[in-house]
Amino acid sequence: MRSLVFLEHHGEELEKGSLGVLSKAASLGEAAGVVLGPGAGALAARAGAFGAAKAYACEDEALSAPLPQPRVDALSALVEKTGADTVLFGASVLAADVAAGLAARLDAGLNWDVTDLVLSGGDLVGKRPALGDTVLVDVGWTSSPRLALVRAGVFDPVESGGSAEVEEFGASFSDFSTLATLVEQTQEEASGPSIEEADIIVAGGRGLGSPEAFSLLEELAGALGGAVGATRAVVDAGWYPYSTQVGQTGKTVSPKLYVACGISGAIQHKVGMQGSGTIVAINKDPNAPIFDFCDLGIVGDIHKIVPKLTELVRNRQ
Amino acid sequence: MKIAVCVKQVPDATVHKRIDPVTKRLDRSGEGALNPTDLNAVEEALRIKEGQGGEVVLVSLGPEKAMESLRKALAMGADRALLLSDEAAAGSDLVGTTVALASALERVEADLVLFGQASSDGDGAVLSAAVADRLRRPLISQVASLAVDGDSVTGKRQTEHGYDLISAPLPAVIAVSDAINEPRYPSLKGIMGAKSKLQETVALTDLGVDAERVGEAGAQTTVLDLGAPPSRGDQVKIEDDGSAAQKILDYVLERRLL
Ligand SMILES: Cc1cc2nc3c(=O)[nH]c(=O)nc-3n(C[C@H](O)[C@H](O)[C@H](O)COP(=O)(O)OP(=O)(O)OC[C@H]3O[C@@H](n4cnc5c(N)ncnc54)[C@H](O)[C@@H]3O)c2cc1C
Ligand SMILES: Nc1ncnc2c1ncn2[C@@H]1O[C@H](COP(=O)(O)O)[C@@H](O)[C@H]1O
Repeated sequence: MRSLVFLEHHGEELEKGSLGVLSKAASLGEAAGVVLGPGAGALAARAGAFGAAKAYACEDEALSAPLPQPRVDALSALVEKTGADTVLFGASVLAADVAAGLAARLDAGLNWDVTDLVLSGGDLVGKRPALGDTVLVDVGWTSSPRLALVRAGVFDPVESGGSAEVEEFGASFSDFSTLATLVEQTQEEASGPSIEEADIIVAGGRGLGSPEAFSLLEELAGALGGAVGATRAVVDAGWYPYSTQVGQTGKTVSPKLYVACGISGAIQHKVGMQGSGTIVAINKDPNAPIFDFCDLGIVGDIHKIVPKLTELVRNRQ
Repeated sequence: MKIAVCVKQVPDATVHKRIDPVTKRLDRSGEGALNPTDLNAVEEALRIKEGQGGEVVLVSLGPEKAMESLRKALAMGADRALLLSDEAAAGSDLVGTTVALASALERVEADLVLFGQASSDGDGAVLSAAVADRLRRPLISQVASLAVDGDSVTGKRQTEHGYDLISAPLPAVIAVSDAINEPRYPSLKGIMGAKSKLQETVALTDLGVDAERVGEAGAQTTVLDLGAPPSRGDQVKIEDDGSAAQKILDYVLERRLL
């Protein structure tokens, strides 16, 4: 298997999710990373530490904004140049559009929401939970290149300590792919670790009762060294910023520990957090669906339990 | 302004969704409904039309009975519906669906093509970008607010990091998220009026689509096997008697999570 892994970057950092995909690809065969945009060369050099023998960089100015269509041009040129048989992406808003555009361009099969990749008798097989994760589907490809979008956060980056030979390449752009332009970017400043990076997430839902009650979760997350997440219900109500929303229309997270406070456990929330290592749920309704897929379920009131837990954690330190 | 809205019939939220173990396709025999975020796309199209005039055309690929779901969008106010329905298109994967929808869209010749961000059954959120590439048009996805101004369109894209304001000239392809608006309910008058609106069902040959490129014949991805999702193992559930906080701490310490 000779794969290209799209390494997404945000500012000066390569995204952890795409590095995880690179590590996985390297464990299955020959893997090369690709970084696109001004500054790509320096970032590409870091791919070696995660298993890439080779890293490609295209520094073209047309790739400076995080827009998908010029990236499709660059990647399709690179697939042709390298003859890669597999192109892998860690899921994100940008990567999904790039992967889908590339599938259309190359007339190639794309499997999305892949949570594992294995080689079976020389063939690549993807594992893909479907229908709200009620069934696990084995998916394959019948043509080359094989494209896959890997569910966010399922593979951890493994620092193997190698180094990658960086090769710069040029791309030409289709007339239509540079028509969309970035006018303005507003970042949402979240304090503390972001939920994609955090090992521990304390998440809150409508059961908190008020936006003020989120301070209880912030204190617990602070004591645990974690980040605060939220359900769509509370984000829509304006209690907490969208950047913390976990679920189908928010982020997919996979921390080691997820503490769900006052969250019912709707399927759209579940799909974003069920990859967590350990799930602890606190809910006063013993029949809440979250109790069906947590490891430790506490039937009780968050307003009583959370402050006490914060104090216990602090006393330990 | 001619606006095409790509809408899909999906199993109704109340239906227990299953994949047929023989065909390995989603069982679409039960009650269907319009995909939830597609309602947001229809609503947005109607608002644009109300602001500056024009026509809203629904475009869909699916079984013949999908027209029932399209009728709901007609009742909301869309002007007509074009459904591409063909046995040979069943089992299309992303590329096949893209080829089929792009052909239908080429016939409609819209200035603006709207998509819902994701379907509740396929849930790839991938179709809009693939169709944009095939139609060779600019794309803005994950749009939480949209403004059409003369011959350009500006959308606010919601990403993991915040918001990006992206602008593109028409004709363009836009995928809207459900944060963009609150879809209206069809009025009684709308429901009555929907019946007399143009509801066209066409086959692949009507659009000149090569049957080899769509459906199972054109699919380049396969479903090999179906299994049960991994279970989470042992679960513990306790009622708080005042000691729950201590129990949680003990539990996470025991598992070395702190
Ligand atoms: C297309 C679509 C996309 C969606 N995407 C997402 C998404 O990305 N993320 C997401 O989260 N949701 C999403 N949703 C919404 C989802 O269906 C649920 O509505 C949402 O997750 C519910 O949020 P919640 O658990 O905070 O609220 P609720 O469902 O109202 O649950 C609140 C829970 O708190 C408990 N509770 C109340 N008081 C207390 C107390 N004092 N102590 C302990 N427990 C208490 C209650 O028993 C209840 O179980 C989406 C929905 C749709 C249709
Ligand atoms: N068969 C179809 N016919 C028309 N539009 C579709 C079809 N499948 C998907 N779409 C559109 O593409 C969007 C994204 O679908 P998906 O990529 O399957 O999540 C949907 O919200 C629809 O707007």
